[in-house]
Amino acid sequence: MPRKPPLSPTVTAGVALERSEAVPALIGRHEDFLIIAGLGGTACDVGAVTGDSPHVYSLSGAMGAACMMGLGLALARPQQRVLVVTGDGELLMSIGALATIAVIDPPNLAILCVDNGHYGETGWQKSHTSLGVDLEKIAAGCGIKHTHTVSGASEIAAGARLLHESNGASFVVARVKPTEPPAFKRNLDAAFCRDRFRAALTPV
Amino acid sequence: MDAVVETQPAIGWQDEVYVLLRRNGITQIAYVPDAGHSILIDRSLADPDVQSIALTTEEEGVALIAGADLGGARAVLLMQSSGVGNCVNMLSLIKGGRFPFLTLVSMRGDFGEGNPWQFAMGQATEAVLAAMGVICMRIEHPADVVATMNAALTMVFKSGQAVAVLLSQRLIGAKPF
Repeated sequence: MPRKPPLSPTVTAGVALERSEAVPALIGRHEDFLIIAGLGGTACDVGAVTGDSPHVYSLSGAMGAACMMGLGLALARPQQRVLVVTGDGELLMSIGALATIAVIDPPNLAILCVDNGHYGETGWQKSHTSLGVDLEKIAAGCGIKHTHTVSGASEIAAGARLLHESNGASFVVARVKPTEPPAFKRNLDAAFCRDRFRAALTPV
Repeated sequence: MDAVVETQPAIGWQDEVYVLLRRNGITQIAYVPDAGHSILIDRSLADPDVQSIALTTEEEGVALIAGADLGGARAVLLMQSSGVGNCVNMLSLIKGGRFPFLTLVSMRGDFGEGNPWQFAMGQATEAVLAAMGVICMRIEHPADVVATMNAALTMVFKSGQAVAVLLSQRLIGAKPF
């Protein structure tokens, strides 16, 4: 019989980060970025940091879009830094995007994966990252040169530095405890948010 | 004799398409490897003012186009009709966000197709795109390429619509395998 995961969410050994503390610390000055937030918890993580802000585009569907939206945006705005904040579930669904991004290697694209090892929105089923899949190794194997896994508070500064400063696509995994994301009411009008995002762009 | 002429790849129309894409300000060309799009792909790779983005799967290109639009850039997705099926849920981003969206689809599973595996998706392509709110414009003859491309570009970038230009096998040549 194939191995089956246990049914209840469990904290992976060595994972001690609270997402409500780690994500704001890793993002730092959010005004330094144009931000794409993946659906689910990461949209709430980002919203708790930025409020309902025009320089953030948050998904509430189209699972798997976040990283590639970030690539299109980074190529369109080479003079600005672009941050994608996405969960392990969404990233696993579109893992090939890491290969596509690695090949282009835009200097202004940073990806932060908030990895709680679970699908929090659908009943806390375990994701592959709870079962041995290592997203940083996948990203590095794709050819992304600047990667880091943040499992403890002492590593946050190094992760934040990669997101803010790397000269090439960067990929940071924050391994956080499987807890509820911050409460944040997203604006679900995707077309309104598109118009608002574009209107707020600084002239090139 | 007519049938032979019709299945020959037409010379030149692909280059006309490339010029129209560039004249309309498209700077990101996303693609999956495809014989029907090979001239466009090669021209984009040789163009220093264009980003050529090789995708691992077609839905990546749908998300890329939305991201490019957020940054004020224009992008196009080159794919085969089989890839349309991979894009379905991602097209909810285009519809919900009212993103302008242009894709050029080289058809399989239609005129003269010799591989039975291609028919299911080829014959479903228009219905699938239409179901997700994408307007389909099919080209059968080289003489119609420029007018149809101009129409599609206007509909996408002036009117903000989602448009798929379907390049039929009558236009690009049927694969005998």
